[in-house]
Amino acid sequence: MNSANPYGTAPTHHMLSVLVQNKPGVLARVASLFARRGYNIFSLAVAPTDDPEFSRISIVVDVESAPLEQIVKQLFKLIEVVRISELDPRKSVERELMVATIRATPEQRGQVVELANIFEGKILSVGQDAIILSMDGSPEKLDDFSDLLRQYGIIESQRTGRVALPKLDRAAKK
Amino acid sequence: MTSKDHMKGHMAGETITGAQALIRALEMENVDVMFGLPGGCILPAYDPLIESPIRHILVRHEQGAGHMAEGYAHVTGRPGVAMVTSGPAATNMVTPLCDAYMDSIPMVAITGQVGTNAIGTDAFQECDTVGITRSITKHNDLVMSADDLPLAIRQAFHIATTGRPGPTLVDIPKDVLTNSMKWHWPTDDEVADSLPGYKPVSKGHPRMIKEAAQLILKAQQPILYVGGGVLKARAATALRELAELTGIPVVTTLMARGAFPDDHPLCLGMPGMHGTAAAVTAMQKSDLLIALGSRFDDRVTGRVNAFAPHAKIIHVDIDPAEQGKVRKPDVPIVGDCRLVIEEMIKAINDLLADQKQVDITPWRSRVSGWQEQFPLTYEPSEEGGVLKPQYCLEQLRDSAPEGTILVSGVGQHQMWASQYWKFNEPYTWVNSGGLGTMGFSVPAAIGAKVGRPDKTVWAVDGDGCFQMTAQELVTASLERIPVKIAILNNSYLGMVRQWQEMFYEERYSEVYLSQDTPNYVKWAEAMGCVGIRVDDESEVASAIDKANSINDRPVVVDFRVDAGEKVFPMVAAGQSNDDLMLHPSQNSRREFLR
Repeated sequence: MNSANPYGTAPTHHMLSVLVQNKPGVLARVASLFARRGYNIFSLAVAPTDDPEFSRISIVVDVESAPLEQIVKQLFKLIEVVRISELDPRKSVERELMVATIRATPEQRGQVVELANIFEGKILSVGQDAIILSMDGSPEKLDDFSDLLRQYGIIESQRTGRVALPKLDRAAKK
Repeated sequence: MTSKDHMKGHMAGETITGAQALIRALEMENVDVMFGLPGGCILPAYDPLIESPIRHILVRHEQGAGHMAEGYAHVTGRPGVAMVTSGPAATNMVTPLCDAYMDSIPMVAITGQVGTNAIGTDAFQECDTVGITRSITKHNDLVMSADDLPLAIRQAFHIATTGRPGPTLVDIPKDVLTNSMKWHWPTDDEVADSLPGYKPVSKGHPRMIKEAAQLILKAQQPILYVGGGVLKARAATALRELAELTGIPVVTTLMARGAFPDDHPLCLGMPGMHGTAAAVTAMQKSDLLIALGSRFDDRVTGRVNAFAPHAKIIHVDIDPAEQGKVRKPDVPIVGDCRLVIEEMIKAINDLLADQKQVDITPWRSRVSGWQEQFPLTYEPSEEGGVLKPQYCLEQLRDSAPEGTILVSGVGQHQMWASQYWKFNEPYTWVNSGGLGTMGFSVPAAIGAKVGRPDKTVWAVDGDGCFQMTAQELVTASLERIPVKIAILNNSYLGMVRQWQEMFYEERYSEVYLSQDTPNYVKWAEAMGCVGIRVDDESEVASAIDKANSINDRPVVVDFRVDAGEKVFPMVAAGQSNDDLMLHPSQNSRREFLR
């Protein structure tokens, strides 16, 4: 059940994977539709797919602002939207990337590095009293990691918003 | 289709300018007329227009071009085309685009844009047209290369006219018009391939249609709730067949007036805020609403949670997003109204082979009781008293030539026009329903007359509305488009005045215009029209006869009407349709509405 709650909030978020034609202004169209109809975007990630004609937009929507069904139907009215899949967190693989600058005195440095190793994070840069590290994984893992780093002090952090694809079904695994 | 036919004799690969390609593309789309006004960035497109068979109507304000295109589209079913320049011309097009979007009018707007290398530099007459119009067009496009122009135009027409119709916009930078390109006219397949996400559904789901047919035959108190989608789908004939097959009473919304004949015994007229008491009450009491191309607009439903509380809903709409947007349907059917109604008739006939429809005679007699008890009514003026607007409309209606098209602005006069006219044919009523655009009627009437020169076109306007777009009568005079305008002139912003009287304790704030300025007769004459002023009932008939007899120029009739007259019945905004306010003379009979 917890996996349905990104960032540990109440279960009011859903994830949409929206395949769009890779055209100028398509992101603006999607964003302005959300703004115009009073829907909230929780997070958003966009990049071209393997076929450069298309991009995939991964949107985590705040469903308290409107019924998901209405959001999907309105989105699908955009001419450049080709396909919309609602991703059930239980049946999809989700990943997110975080880069964070952590306060770490020379004495604390070892502890932070150890923590990063446990979580399979990477150290990107080490300074006099701070470390920049990156970590990718499920959004929940990133939440847990952030919580543990907070005691040292998070100077800055940036997360990408989640990207996801449906899990392979049994037949496809063979 | 051979390649030569497909290209209408033009050679593929011929080198021409973007401007020539644009005009040629419009010709390929069978555009016979366009409304517009040239300016800096669109200038190159106006040069090849000189040689084109397309008629161009030079407007006096770009908003007029947009509404004319809408009026043309309303009455012909073909997309209206407006072409204007960049910047302020494009922003002047915003209101008609939004109007067309709200009322699902097929329309293609072409706007000039600053050169591609000036985009984003705040160049003279630059604005982000595509950005500004994004949420009020079905689709829009900024064309960055002359080679892309033919496909962009084909897409714009295809998108505007298929599925749920709507406005599209093509924004064209000046250098795209002046650059040369190799002519190519995209095939249907190329258009389809270029729009992989656009696949409007037109055929309804057979299982849903069967389910609907079963509900219809079992309903004891059904109502056909008909919206503008029936007109868009050219489904008036099918609708009539369905109504007559089942004997179910019909209400036609403001956007659907004319979709079902007002003189038909099953017709209850318009529902909603100013609907007939019979239409409003029949919907409230019904156990099955068959919504056909209607969208449960707030002006129809009143307070949504009190709307038709006992009704099951069959909702037929070509736009899936309308299903459940306001009211969750029991049977949603996504599809074109004509195709779905035709299938529904078949499904009903199949079921009737071995079952009977529930007897709805008791329901029908209850409904016709409401019709008899609560006809539309107004207090006639006393001898020599001030003119009543409803009287003027009745007179206009009764002397209008067969098939007259009625166009209206927005406000009291619009409601009276919808109430008192008898619409017996589809596509004879043009108005701004969703956006409620004051100033719509004069230019829309001009567009309608251009589209149907064989028909008499009367615009009913208010004095407030008329002052917003009257200058287009100059266009009408010079282009010889003989529209007729009836101003129901009460010297007020009448509908606002009515609300202030009823809901703001008669505290009138900024609603009085003027009794003597402007002088409408002189103004009409200055614009090349015939102007007639009518103050007294005795002058009404002769003024209308005179107006009807003039066909070489526009006519403006200034009817000086009672400012105190209010539109009834009325459901106050946000109230339940159960709390319909009747005309005061009918209040004593209120109990019969149960």
